[in-house]
Amino acid sequence: DMSLAKQSTDYFVTLYTKQPSADGFGNNNANDGRVLSASPGSSSSTGSNKQTAAVTPEDQQTLLAVLQFLKKNKLSESVEILRREAGLPENSLDPKANESAGAGSGGAAGIVDLEGGDASSLLSRVTGSSSAGAQAPTKGTVQSGCSAVAEDQPDVSVVLSAYSQQGDPTLYKVYYRDLKKFIETVLDCHRAELSQVFYPLFVHMYLELVYNNHESEAKAFFEKFSGDQECYYEEDLRILSGLTKKEHMRGNETLLDFRTSKFVLRISRDSYQLLKRHLQERQNNQIWNIIQEHLYIDIFDGMPRSKSQIDAMSGSLAGEAKREANKTKVYYGLLKEPEIELPLDDEDEEAENEEGKPKKKKPKKDSVGSKSKKQDPNAPSQNRIPLPELKDSDKLDKIMYMKEATKRIRLGPDNLPSVCFYTFLNAYQGLTAVDLTDDSSLIAGGFADSTVRVWSVTPKKLRKVKSAADLNLIDKESDDVLERIMDEKTASESKIMYGHSGPVYGISFSPDRNYLLSSSEDGTVRLWSLLTFTCLVAYKGHNYPVWDTQFSPYGYYFVSGGHDRVARLWATDHYQPLRIFSGHLADITCTRFHPNSNYVATGSSDRTIRLWDVLSGNCVRIFTGHKGPIHSLAFSPNGKFLASGATDGRVLLWDIGHGLMVGELKGHTDTIYSLRFSRDGEILASGSMDNTVRLWDAMKAFDDLETDDFTAATGHIHLQDNSQELLLGTYTTKSTPVIHLHFTRRNLLLAAGAFNP
Amino acid sequence: MAEERRQKHCSVVLPTESMKAMAESVGVGQLQEDSCVALSEEVSYRIKEIAQDALKFMHHGKRRKLTTSDIDNALKLKNVEPLYGFQSQEFIPFRFASGGGRELHFYEEKEADLSDIINTPLPRVPLDVSLKGNQSQYIYFLFFCIFFSNGIFNFYSVLVCSSPAHWLSIEGMQPAIPENPPPATKEQQKAESTEPLKVVKPGQEEEGTIQGKSQGTTTPDGKGKEKGLIRLKPRSTHELSVEQQLYYKEITEACVGSCEAKRAEALQSIATDPGLYQMLPRFSTFISEGVRVNVVQNNLALLIYLMRMVKALMDNPTLYLEKYLHELIPAVVTCIVSKQLCLRPDVDNHWALRDFAARLMAQSCKTFSTTTNNIQSRITKTFTKSWLDDKTQWTTRYGCIAGLAELGSDVIKTLIIPRLAVEGARIKAVMEGPVVSNIDKIGAEHVQSLLLKHCASVIAKLRPQPDNVDQYRTDYGYLGPMLCSHVMKARTQAALQAQQVNRTTLTITQPRPTLSVSQSGLSGSSGPRTPSIIKVPSSLTLMSPRPGTPSQPSPPATKYIVMATSAGAASTQQVITLSSSQSASPVTSTVPSATSTLQPLVKLESGSGAGLTASRPLQKYIVVSLPSSASSSLETKSSVLPTSISSSSLDGGMKLERSESPGASTQSPH
Repeated sequence: DMSLAKQSTDYFVTLYTKQPSADGFGNNNANDGRVLSASPGSSSSTGSNKQTAAVTPEDQQTLLAVLQFLKKNKLSESVEILRREAGLPENSLDPKANESAGAGSGGAAGIVDLEGGDASSLLSRVTGSSSAGAQAPTKGTVQSGCSAVAEDQPDVSVVLSAYSQQGDPTLYKVYYRDLKKFIETVLDCHRAELSQVFYPLFVHMYLELVYNNHESEAKAFFEKFSGDQECYYEEDLRILSGLTKKEHMRGNETLLDFRTSKFVLRISRDSYQLLKRHLQERQNNQIWNIIQEHLYIDIFDGMPRSKSQIDAMSGSLAGEAKREANKTKVYYGLLKEPEIELPLDDEDEEAENEEGKPKKKKPKKDSVGSKSKKQDPNAPSQNRIPLPELKDSDKLDKIMYMKEATKRIRLGPDNLPSVCFYTFLNAYQGLTAVDLTDDSSLIAGGFADSTVRVWSVTPKKLRKVKSAADLNLIDKESDDVLERIMDEKTASESKIMYGHSGPVYGISFSPDRNYLLSSSEDGTVRLWSLLTFTCLVAYKGHNYPVWDTQFSPYGYYFVSGGHDRVARLWATDHYQPLRIFSGHLADITCTRFHPNSNYVATGSSDRTIRLWDVLSGNCVRIFTGHKGPIHSLAFSPNGKFLASGATDGRVLLWDIGHGLMVGELKGHTDTIYSLRFSRDGEILASGSMDNTVRLWDAMKAFDDLETDDFTAATGHIHLQDNSQELLLGTYTTKSTPVIHLHFTRRNLLLAAGAFNP
Repeated sequence: MAEERRQKHCSVVLPTESMKAMAESVGVGQLQEDSCVALSEEVSYRIKEIAQDALKFMHHGKRRKLTTSDIDNALKLKNVEPLYGFQSQEFIPFRFASGGGRELHFYEEKEADLSDIINTPLPRVPLDVSLKGNQSQYIYFLFFCIFFSNGIFNFYSVLVCSSPAHWLSIEGMQPAIPENPPPATKEQQKAESTEPLKVVKPGQEEEGTIQGKSQGTTTPDGKGKEKGLIRLKPRSTHELSVEQQLYYKEITEACVGSCEAKRAEALQSIATDPGLYQMLPRFSTFISEGVRVNVVQNNLALLIYLMRMVKALMDNPTLYLEKYLHELIPAVVTCIVSKQLCLRPDVDNHWALRDFAARLMAQSCKTFSTTTNNIQSRITKTFTKSWLDDKTQWTTRYGCIAGLAELGSDVIKTLIIPRLAVEGARIKAVMEGPVVSNIDKIGAEHVQSLLLKHCASVIAKLRPQPDNVDQYRTDYGYLGPMLCSHVMKARTQAALQAQQVNRTTLTITQPRPTLSVSQSGLSGSSGPRTPSIIKVPSSLTLMSPRPGTPSQPSPPATKYIVMATSAGAASTQQVITLSSSQSASPVTSTVPSATSTLQPLVKLESGSGAGLTASRPLQKYIVVSLPSSASSSLETKSSVLPTSISSSSLDGGMKLERSESPGASTQSPH
């Protein structure tokens, strides 16, 4: 475990160093493509080679700006390293060069990538800064310009200065209308594609007007054209409408995101040529400049996409994902199950000796564990990331699991699961998070009053461990020592745990049921012991509300994500994160581990889902298509698919291997707060704020896919609208939003929520 | 569309006057207009920003309402100190008003009377968060495991013991239990009965998809046809499931059986269970056939039981009865006007049944009468016609008058009061003439007291004071003098009410409202249920009054207000008759409209001075019910009422009425 921790610090460093750049010139979104191309760790040299080769004049300016930033912060060593890596001459850092870099209009918003940096030398700095409370660095950098820290000011102004170029403010309307007219007159097949540029153009033009203090023109512009924008940008437009002064721009996160990340559009070559020709003919430089500087147009060869195809994929804060962002191989297969002998009933589990093995082969054949004996070609190697060793108790639990699995009900459209609803009463709208243990024996709730409560839903009551003095009296050799350490006097059906100082938004049981994690508004993630019912660790680092946290399916690791837009990977025995996943442009609203524990998926208010490689810390998938903040994620049990639910009431299905959207399930009318696949992946259950549980035919949704299409380079899918066929059932509660779903090991669906009178 | 949206986006800015006002409040006078504009724009922008952040907290708090704590948290995000002192958890106290082109949200502050606050009992302590359901669910599990299980049975051991949950769905079907929403809402039922062709029933459509397994192959065809042709109302078969059949059997048996405790539970179930929609036609037929048979056999007790069933059905907030009125109304009217309802008309108290049925009739007129079905006018005509008939017997006469009187003071004013003189003469003929038959005499007496009771309060409002006996005699004939004293009492009573709002109070509670006065048998209902009923799954949960669980609200209990004033003349012998004949038939009498104006305040006026009441010749007890949140002991009631009966006259009468307690029974989760 330590090895990973150590190994990780390297990547961690590389990631971290990117962050200072975020406030100045960081183009986080643009980064990802680059980061992916560089293989992590040992191959860093190749990565850096690529970069030096690819240094364009613009990039060079960026590099210079970074160097200047480092120098200003007296990080001479890093300056030296970076300079060497980038192959820049010693004197490149003279003030003159700097000035040109700073003044370069759009150039500053380039790419910063320190992938090749010598990690160890930077270690001291990073660890220093992160442990020093991470106040300034995290807040200042990750939050980008949000906190207008004094030292950020120059950098922010660099970002905004891109807007300083002035055209005649009264002509903006004309330009925009011209373009609108043009796009309305092009052939139908191009119109839909070219219409994509409206929204980013509109926003940038509006911001330019605002930045240059043309308040009334900006307002007029907004009023004239905001109605034309796609309805799924409503939320962003609302924020934009409030912003009418240059001073407002400084502190506005949404804006800075829009500025610092290029809006990505996918347009076919033909359509693009059409647009380019038109703008050049008209000498419409204003618009052409914006397109060049602020938009990233991902040109593909082939048929232009239809309106529905475009609508399916758009909606995120920064446009679609670039195609190459989703090209990295993802090992989505499952890990081999550890070989545990399934003992016959009369045998003792502990007796796992060699001579016993041949005898026990027989019962093992039927067990679920035997299925995974063959190595899945898509699975990561068993020790790609170090996993905790199985304890005896874990093995016992695995055996229990297999036994239960044999009694599992096969679900399907003809055999729907029963839904059992756990209602929290008298919660007074204060229930914010729920989790159930894998064996469905405990249920935990996080509440707005900062408490965490655990209930036992079996007759077995919750007991604490005896006090140290009493423990001394116990005969440690006895067989039932585990039973003896428990204090009968403390037995109760529920326990309350106090510790947080703000609403608890995320909660997760460890797979071994010994720990519970909770994340809260107070910026901490807490680890609780379910033996003593006390807090063991408070993991600090986020500093802002932590919206979600989840344990790895193998325990030990956990992930958290929150308002500071980064997700962190932790190990329970480290008080600092092992990885920081940075790239989202808005709050991370939900986090989920891949079943093989090698990847983490995060959903965000920027309406994208990202998949992160735990090993390298890189973003390996970006999924766009949701039209609202994503509030729930679920991996299919075979690890191949991901389902996501958002405030827009839609569930989207994603093929992880191909990096494509493969389904859309419409039906809910409000935020979907919980998603869960049945144990064998046949049924997808979704629970929503609209007081319903819906069941969907996941088998059919995935079987109908024509996977051949995916190999086509375009990666454009055509989704048929078959939600109604896939919807197997809708179950309405009286007045209880469904905020958690859980399939028991035998495929009974448990749902939970707080009654809302 | 675009227009609307654009309007939505228009940036709203706080008026500069507010800036000035705020500046003055912190001691800055003479703020320049420019500064105001700048400030208001800045402030508006910041407020919007904070509101947008606060929304984030609302979403993560899994709520639909923005609370003050969300705003506090949003301020914290910006490193601004939260606003202290705003602690409304859930309730946002703003009210909306518009008028004169202005829209206004304001904070409603009502004037509070301190004495009211002091006199109101303390609210219940808020309950702690809990996950527990109650015992009835416990057994419920067991049954569903038996009925539905192939795989489910395995879970039974876990779930039976844990029992904090309920079944939202069982193998794809949603069971009709109180925790789940009713299969068809009342609105749907109403829409279905009024506009049968237009209705799209979401419930049924959903069910269709749920049962997709059986219809899987036929659905596409059906859909296609439906779209192409006129939308025909699908013929629905009403097959009851095994549990529903069992439930029906158990409920109907309990309703007409001999055990009062069981009956109370069954009626409670009918009145509260949300899943009875499909059984409604059965119940309706059961009642109508039951009345038909038992009227012929003069079985008063059974008729009363059936009427109580009607009452329970009408009380069920999830049922819409209109489709079954053709069966129910004849049954109810029969119980009002039938010549003979019991074997011994001289002894048995069939009058109470007539009163009760009359009230039911009035209730259904109120609820269901529309311009198309004209129930009220048809019923009024029916009653008037037979009343006007000279040959009509006293029993029927009584029923007609009761039926009319219950329809409200307008009906009394226009139809009954003009006939008081005629009716008085008829009564006089019986009372003072040669003794024809005892039965006629009793009938006349009852009609007399009924008329006095209903008319007094109406006349009290109609006629100006002073009340002159002679004037009354000329206006109303034989009944005049009695009427006069009644009216005077009604007036003093109204005056007393106005004065004595803050007198000492006495609350009497009862687990549920029923027709009967003697309810000693009911006390068992709040205790453990009898095992015989537990056999049936549906009946069991549905009937449960759910006692003792913190999670669920107590059953819609009723508080009675007992008030005493002096009342008209009657003999004490009748009181004895009444109580002795009470064994089977419960007693009620109607509430005069005066009491309906009573505010739901609990008080006992007589309690203040026993001497006062003793000095008066007669006493009138008015018992008005109130919905109560806490069900206190039944013993209180049973110990108080008998004593008051003994000192009261029959004519003053016991007045029991169950007040409509909206929401009292809708609180149970799911």
